Amino acid sequence: MAESLLYFTELLGLPVLDVRGRRIGRVRDAALVPLIHPARIDRFLVGGGWAWLTIRYDQIASISLDGIRLSQENLTPYHSDEYMLRIGRDLLDQQIIDVNGRKVVRVTDVTFERRNFNGNGNGGNGHGGISEDPNCLYILEVDVGIRSIVRRLLQGVIPARWIRGLQRTIPPKSIRWEFCNIVEADPQRRLRLNISHEKLERIHPADLADIFEELGPAEREAIFESIDSEVAAEALSEIDPKMQASILESLEPEKAADIVEEMAPDEAADVLKGLEESTSEEILDEMEVAPESEVRELLEFKEDTAGGMMNTEYISLHEGATVEDALRALRGNEDQLESLNSLYLVDSEGRLTGTVPVARLFVAANGKFLKELAAETLISASVDEKQDDVTERFDKYNLLALPIVDEERRLTGVITADDIISVLRHK
Amino acid sequence: MWKSWRTRIAMFLAVLGPGFITANVDNDAGGIYTYSQAGARWGYLPLWTLIPITIALILVQEMCSRMGAVSGKGLSDLIREEFGLRITFVVMALLVLVNLTNVMANFAGIASSLELFHVSRYISVPLGALGIWLLIVKGNYQSAEKIFLFACIFYVSYIISGILVKPNWTEAAIHSFRPVVMLDRDYIEMLIGMVGTTIAPWMQFYLQAAVVEKGITAKEYANSRVEVIFGCIVTDVVAFFIIVSCAGAIWANGPRDIHDATEAARGLLPFGQYAYLLFSAGLLNASVFAACILPLSTAYTVCEGLGFESGVDKRFHEAPIFYWLYTLLIVIGGAVVLLPGFPLVRMILFSQVINGVLLPIVLIFMILLANNRRIMQGWVNSRFYNFAAWITVIVMIGLSLALAGISVRSL
Repeated sequence: MAESLLYFTELLGLPVLDVRGRRIGRVRDAALVPLIHPARIDRFLVGGGWAWLTIRYDQIASISLDGIRLSQENLTPYHSDEYMLRIGRDLLDQQIIDVNGRKVVRVTDVTFERRNFNGNGNGGNGHGGISEDPNCLYILEVDVGIRSIVRRLLQGVIPARWIRGLQRTIPPKSIRWEFCNIVEADPQRRLRLNISHEKLERIHPADLADIFEELGPAEREAIFESIDSEVAAEALSEIDPKMQASILESLEPEKAADIVEEMAPDEAADVLKGLEESTSEEILDEMEVAPESEVRELLEFKEDTAGGMMNTEYISLHEGATVEDALRALRGNEDQLESLNSLYLVDSEGRLTGTVPVARLFVAANGKFLKELAAETLISASVDEKQDDVTERFDKYNLLALPIVDEERRLTGVITADDIISVLRHK
Repeated sequence: MWKSWRTRIAMFLAVLGPGFITANVDNDAGGIYTYSQAGARWGYLPLWTLIPITIALILVQEMCSRMGAVSGKGLSDLIREEFGLRITFVVMALLVLVNLTNVMANFAGIASSLELFHVSRYISVPLGALGIWLLIVKGNYQSAEKIFLFACIFYVSYIISGILVKPNWTEAAIHSFRPVVMLDRDYIEMLIGMVGTTIAPWMQFYLQAAVVEKGITAKEYANSRVEVIFGCIVTDVVAFFIIVSCAGAIWANGPRDIHDATEAARGLLPFGQYAYLLFSAGLLNASVFAACILPLSTAYTVCEGLGFESGVDKRFHEAPIFYWLYTLLIVIGGAVVLLPGFPLVRMILFSQVINGVLLPIVLIFMILLANNRRIMQGWVNSRFYNFAAWITVIVMIGLSLALAGISVRSL
């Protein structure tokens, strides 16, 4: 057999022959033991009915479309093994995450590469002696799409070699095994199967949010429990508000608090507003003092007012500060730089006196006073202003950010254009 | 007090949609014809079936919405995960066939109801098909769902036309609670037809998917259940009024067979222009409504079960199979109505045969899934529920196989 590939559908039902070429049974399933090797098939399950046998990968002389030849016959009965990822039972027809394509897919078939294993003496080609066929299977890809569907529907109906000929006309659609993330809701089994969600942490939070929305609640919660809180927070703020609430309610309060702490205070407040009071109280109690008080303050405001929309993450300086002071302040708040448009000037009472567009800092001398760089007209809104009026103001003055002040004109928060966009989108 | 009621109503409205829409679409062109025929031929006699039908409908629908809320997955997803690709493929293939003929029947409903308003089918069907296609492809599901909910209001037209006909209410009330079983072939056929049109396979897939799409969780499920039950009751109330108006208008003047729903509408003419217009408008609304939902639901179900990209929020090239399936169902479903001499009646009989095969499979899968602890956790069927559900399913299987048998004979 020239091609080094073998499909799981072809493997299923393949006859297993002992050293003297007598048939023992047929392949019923194959399993990885991810703690030993992430891609090599470690066990083949053979037999029928209740009495299944287990063949270890190093007991095999050769694997081809004609069958599996053993090099050694001390087979053990199969008993359920928690450390096994069984392809047929646990992978086929289930959902996995395609990390590269950033979506949830359903596994139709699995492609193996047949390679020779020359590890520990009793493997290798020497024993079988009859064929040149390799003796080990490594998972290469997970197949989705029409080609694999055709293969599975026809398997056992017409000979495997015909199917191979037939499927050549259909373009393949597969995901490399490295980019597959298995979804397992049970945390203990996740450990035993060596499943981590680290790969998911590299996906953009917005894409990750789409993935979460496609999964069932149990799987979704499992991933939230195990990924990094910062990633979880970013993804959570992109998720549909109803789902946000159900996710947080399902998590342990400590973990939920870790995630909420990482969110921007205004988003955190929005999420907590969607929860039942007892749950949000529990989560707030678990939070660190500083973010907790910020979020609590925001929770006081009505949702459809400027106070309910605003964010408390902004940089403000005294009105007497210079460009140099501003740069120093920026260096101290690196986490905010990504979306920062303006700095705010306040007097000694905390009252808002000016807005400085950040870009102006770059063309000004270090010693210059910020007051001289401030925008010509000071536009702000008060905390109890209605959402519609705030939106209108953004439109009228083409704003990217709008400072929000309380009754005594003290700066209390900022509304940014992205808040406005999500308000408008959810209308 | 007021406040707690207000939050309760708000919570109910938040889950309103899936069950209510599914149940109403159930009264599509085919359903209206079946009920009209029952009333025109048998008068008030068939009314007693509505209570058991409602109970069966509630039992079946409740399982679906519960599965959707707990697992967060569609019915075709669960069938695929538990029973494998081959079975899923067979179920999906049968579903496409059954639903395609349903779409045809509903485009025929659009054509014939608008012909009552003197609109040629060569105008109404292409325009209707284009409108339905655009609604989903260019719109989004949330806004479409609002339109669908609004369309549910128009079923009131049947209630009003039922009242306008001035049927014999005493007799209607008595027969609603008094079962009459006759060993008459036509009568039994009619009963089976009524049950068969009320509980259909596509509804289970649509309802569960809609519950998932709406993001209803196990916690909110209590409200969702109320919504499902409410929807089922409304459906059968509408069915009641259709039967009653045909009984009062047609049967009372001499029992006879009618051959399509527009004939029933014409039978209402002696009771005034309004009864007639409302009945026809109701038929139009129901046909358009079902012609919207069926292709969409089919495309979703098939793509999810077989693992193709799906969703109206995706672009055409991202989910080609989804969009092609959706488009073809509408195009074929509409086109055959315009073909002179197309054997539509035979097609519908044929679809009832496939339905008789498909429904038992789907119902049995549903009970097995609803009892699967790995999927349903603490929300599996209770023992009593299982008992009731199995009885319903066995009766349903018997009836739908009988209907299939009858349809095979008349093919």
